[in-house]
Amino acid sequence: MISLSHYLVLGAILFGISVVGIFLNRKNVVILLMSIELLLLAVNMNFVAFSRYLDDTAGQVFVFFILTVAAAEAAIGLAILIVLFRSRRTINVEELDSLKG
Amino acid sequence: MKTIYLAIPMVCLIASIVAGLFGKKIGRKGAHTVTIGGVAIAFILSMVVYLDVRQGNLFNGALYNWAISGGVAMQIGFLIDQLTATMMVVVTFVSLMVHIYTIGYMHDDPGYQRFFCYISLFTFAMLMLVMSNNFLQLFFGWEAVGLVSYLLIGFWYEKDTAIFANMKAFLVNRVGDFGFLLGLAAVLYVFGSLDYATVFSAADGAQDQTLISIFGEWNWITVICLLLFVGAMGKSAQVPLHVWLPDSMEGPTPISALIHAATMVTAGIFLVARMSPLFELSETALSVVLVIGATTAIFMALIGLVQNDIKRVVAYSTLSQLGYMTVALGVSAYEVAIFHLGTHAFFKALLFLGAGSVIIAMHHEQDMRKMGGLRAIMPITYVTCFIGSLALAGIPPFAGFFSKDAIIESVHFSDIWGSSYAYIAVVLGVFVTAFYSFRLMFMTFHGNNRADDHTRQHLDESPAVVTWPLILLAIPSVIAGFLFFEPVLSGSYFGDSIYVKPEHDVVAALYEVYHGKHGVGLIFTAILHGMMAPPFWLALAGIGFAWYCYCKNTELPGKIYNALGPISRIVENKYGFDEFYQKVFSGGSLALGRFLSKHADAGLIDGIIVNGTARTVRMFSGMMREGQTGKTFHYAFAIIIGLFALVTIFVWAR
Repeated sequence: MISLSHYLVLGAILFGISVVGIFLNRKNVVILLMSIELLLLAVNMNFVAFSRYLDDTAGQVFVFFILTVAAAEAAIGLAILIVLFRSRRTINVEELDSLKG
Repeated sequence: MKTIYLAIPMVCLIASIVAGLFGKKIGRKGAHTVTIGGVAIAFILSMVVYLDVRQGNLFNGALYNWAISGGVAMQIGFLIDQLTATMMVVVTFVSLMVHIYTIGYMHDDPGYQRFFCYISLFTFAMLMLVMSNNFLQLFFGWEAVGLVSYLLIGFWYEKDTAIFANMKAFLVNRVGDFGFLLGLAAVLYVFGSLDYATVFSAADGAQDQTLISIFGEWNWITVICLLLFVGAMGKSAQVPLHVWLPDSMEGPTPISALIHAATMVTAGIFLVARMSPLFELSETALSVVLVIGATTAIFMALIGLVQNDIKRVVAYSTLSQLGYMTVALGVSAYEVAIFHLGTHAFFKALLFLGAGSVIIAMHHEQDMRKMGGLRAIMPITYVTCFIGSLALAGIPPFAGFFSKDAIIESVHFSDIWGSSYAYIAVVLGVFVTAFYSFRLMFMTFHGNNRADDHTRQHLDESPAVVTWPLILLAIPSVIAGFLFFEPVLSGSYFGDSIYVKPEHDVVAALYEVYHGKHGVGLIFTAILHGMMAPPFWLALAGIGFAWYCYCKNTELPGKIYNALGPISRIVENKYGFDEFYQKVFSGGSLALGRFLSKHADAGLIDGIIVNGTARTVRMFSGMMREGQTGKTFHYAFAIIIGLFALVTIFVWAR
């Protein structure tokens, strides 16, 4: 029997992979965006699991919201990415350090 | 009468303002007319007041409430008694003479109007000082005369030596004034009032109050007297605060006569005489006064022997004579001190103005070695200076004889601690005084003229505006002794304005001695008595010796000088006071200033507080900057760490 904890562990694993992906990734902004998507999906997993466990559909409604926002964010993120590439001729994260003090 | 009292200082002030602010507009003639007019009115009104006071009409009252703070009323008020009236007449008379004389002396000076403005202002300040009925107004006058003295010593402000001298005068006076100010604070603390009458009437009751300090237990009255006397020492140039007076000769001669001989420097004497009800209660203070005065009297006179600048000889003579007055104060002969103050004001102003007249004739040459033989060319100056010198040397029947003899005899009668030292000092001082004053006379007026050809061709007697004041000052230098000797000694002259304890009353003892003898008048008794006493013979010996040294055997002074070797060098170096102060106090202040500027200012304030703050901020910001890499994943990492930290805290805090 697959219990709630299995889902939560899966969510945590996905979350951990995405977090590691965010700050170990030194190369590509696209991978960064993908990691953020994965982060959101990990959260969604938790929402769905708890929704089912607690028998409350509010969690699933939230998942839809998150999916929508994630889609919009991915679209904007990719758009920014393209503009960034046009102006800087690179999408290497290592080189994007204009904020350095 | 109140209006008259107020008018006396005010006319001088108004005249000064007019000459000062509208000097350009009214011109030279206007400036001297208005100031001389002002002082002449002041003099006439002072005479009126004086005669009124002699009738017994005294006044003591406040005219104006300046401020009331914490129950202490600060008032402008006048105390008109015998002492004040005498001072007023002396001040306004000498001031008037000096004003007139200035027309001649400053004839070609571009600062003509400014000079008249200053000396009128000085007269105002001095009058406020002597007429005051409270300590605060006294202090106002005290500081105001100091200020004008500073301005006038540095009158020729393009001369470096003059600027040095006025700075020196100002700083040395600051030392004295600091003591004076502390004295005022002590008076206010002990008596709770600054009014003379209140303080003096409470003085007896305050005798047992003591001040316990790290220096042991002191009687408050003694402390007050000593502090006030420190102020008097500064103003009246007593050892060791005398160094400014000889240097003040850098100023124009008329002010040397008015301020640095006749009036301002005697303010200290006046102060102590005015405070007689306090000083009488403290034998310690009186002894200090006596010893300091005696030291000044003899040692400053000795310096006068080796000076060659005509004005400096007179300056050291002034120091020595101020010492005599201080000695008189020390033995409680306040009346005699004021008597000598008055006679000295006349003959010393006369000598200074005479010296000035010589300086005019010599085209501002002041070195006596380049003078000589002026007797024939400048008869009026010669005769008047001769009278002044005789008075200074104390030859009867000139004014100086009576006052100086009274001082010496008072010291003789006194048995206060230090009086035997003071007696020796003042008696020897007579010889030295006679010697240096006649050395001046013989070097300047007798012998051959040693000036260069150009100066010699232009030698001439000074104009009438210069000689008339000399003549007018010579008159009281002759007769003032006759007029005032008896009333001063009998105590009728000063009445209650001076208080002397019966056991200190040497003047009364002196009066007894003179009164009972010979059956002739008191004055003749005094002259007879004086002629039999050593001071008179010492004075004659001094004159004779000066004549022998500077007219007969002119090689002798140099020989004596060389024979005495180190002693003459010590005297010539003025006992090293100047070098000592220059090194220790000026040098010390400079070194301290340098140290503070280097370590306290540059090191502490700039280095640590101002730049140090900036440096610390920069150091920390440098450290913080390292964290701002600009790389997104570092920020993300920081966010995650923060998140974990917060979650941990929330979980653990449960």
